[in-house]
Amino acid sequence: MAADTMARTSVLKVEKLTKHFGQVTALDAIDFEVAEGEILAVVGESGSGKSTLARTILRLLDASSGRILYRGKDLLGLSAGGMRATRRHIQMIFQDPYASLHPRRTVFELVSEPWRVHASVAPRREWPHRVAALLEQVGLPQSYASLYPARLSGGERQRVAIARALALRPDLLILDEPVSALDVSIQAQVIKLLMTLQQEIGFTSIFISHDLALVRLIADKVIVMNRGRIVEQGPTQAIFDYPRDDYTRLLLASSPELGEETTAEKQEA
Amino acid sequence: MATQSLTLTPPRRRIAADSRLGLLLRSPVALLSALVLVFLLLVAVIGAPLLQDLANTQNLRLRFFHPFSLERGWAYVLGADALGRPMLAQLIVGARTSFLVAGATVALAATIGTTLGMVSGYIGGVMDAALMRISDIIVTVPSLLLALSVLFVLEPSIVNLILVLAVARLPIYLRVSRAQTLEIRERVFVEASRALGKGAGSIIWRDIRPLVVPTVMTVAMLEIASVMLAAAGLSFLGVGLQRPDVDWGTIVSEGREYLTRAWWATVFPGLAILITALAANLLSNWMRASGDPLQAAVMGATASREEAARP
Repeated sequence: MAADTMARTSVLKVEKLTKHFGQVTALDAIDFEVAEGEILAVVGESGSGKSTLARTILRLLDASSGRILYRGKDLLGLSAGGMRATRRHIQMIFQDPYASLHPRRTVFELVSEPWRVHASVAPRREWPHRVAALLEQVGLPQSYASLYPARLSGGERQRVAIARALALRPDLLILDEPVSALDVSIQAQVIKLLMTLQQEIGFTSIFISHDLALVRLIADKVIVMNRGRIVEQGPTQAIFDYPRDDYTRLLLASSPELGEETTAEKQEA
Repeated sequence: MATQSLTLTPPRRRIAADSRLGLLLRSPVALLSALVLVFLLLVAVIGAPLLQDLANTQNLRLRFFHPFSLERGWAYVLGADALGRPMLAQLIVGARTSFLVAGATVALAATIGTTLGMVSGYIGGVMDAALMRISDIIVTVPSLLLALSVLFVLEPSIVNLILVLAVARLPIYLRVSRAQTLEIRERVFVEASRALGKGAGSIIWRDIRPLVVPTVMTVAMLEIASVMLAAAGLSFLGVGLQRPDVDWGTIVSEGREYLTRAWWATVFPGLAILITALAANLLSNWMRASGDPLQAAVMGATASREEAARP
């Protein structure tokens, strides 16, 4: 599996990425690489710098130093215009779908908004047809196109956010805890949808989460973060079965679903 | 996949406008306010040119002619002032000037103030600091004094009056829209827009403006009344409108001298200002509420229709 990963082209390579907020070091020399079609999970407790990492990669926050190479191009070296054009290929889905959708815009306007910004992707006359196809893809009825987000449930809103992110056919999708604001019963549906879409479309993704059971299920590689540092990274199986770092062990033990499972497995072995 | 056969009509703006009109028809207070304002505007626009001469006709034999008498015809039904000019005709002619001055002042101040406020709030930095200090200075100088000195130097005309009042009222819009922008720009949907690749101009116009405008509209409707009074104050001090131009404020201040002998010369123009201000306030309140999807759902029956359409 490792050899297989090596052979694939790198989509995103982060080198020595550092971010300071005044005295606080939110990201401390982060290094990692994501290959095409991979799902990379970033785990860690609240405040460990997971969301800061996502926002710094997208240049929503300014990095203090380091390099972010997207297909060989350093994102930190791009001009404002160049970055805006590159954003087409890197999309993000935010944690809270109650906050990430503009309240005064209908579902149709929300989903077609990306084409307004990147006009070359879809000419205006194709919008209705394309929005219909996207809504179908994320499992929402066509009648929702004219509704405002206030009318939708959390799960439905997150589906709208997913449709909007997919509107530009991104190469890399950053998912910042995409289901943690949703009901448990809805979480499974949205994750299943994301996995189906990932198989259909084949985008690369960075999946930020603190749900370790879920990460174990879907991720190819895992990064464990603590206080702005990567304490351990590697293939999912290796991290979960043979954690080398103390913090990773602590994290695994404190996960209610995993704690017993891993100890049970070890006893068997 | 059957995507080819899927067609979807984009939601039309007109439908939204229709349902909003429907909402207005179902809200009696807002409907009444709107009707009163439309009526006053029509009277001002149509009646004023016709009654211009009559309003300035003096007849000293009709000094302090009593109201509610049809002896002298409809023009004198609300009595006459100290020079025997018919009150009703004066009110109608005054309505046009009052609406013109108040409307133009508020529109000018709101447009410039809101634009500057949003840009200043979103972009921040040196421009924000500079604009806020200028606005502090405008607030510190009493607006009446500012208007008084400017109109004393310049010739008191309607255009100058509007410009001076607009400058004095600018800080309100600047601060309201800036404060709102500061809050909105930190919201996640603005971050999502930036992640999408939108520029500052597009974010201000398409994301921030729709949320700032309802608040500004409410403020602007409230301001119409105070601008009318400010214009009246200036007229009273002799630097506002000059005869034959007349607005409600001028009539109030002229009638004030004879309040004990002829209450109607003050009370009727005062009532006209009061009714206009009240109608404007009620309507602005309704506009704000109906523009908000959450509140509109509570207010209107359209919500239940949409709910029913939901599978």
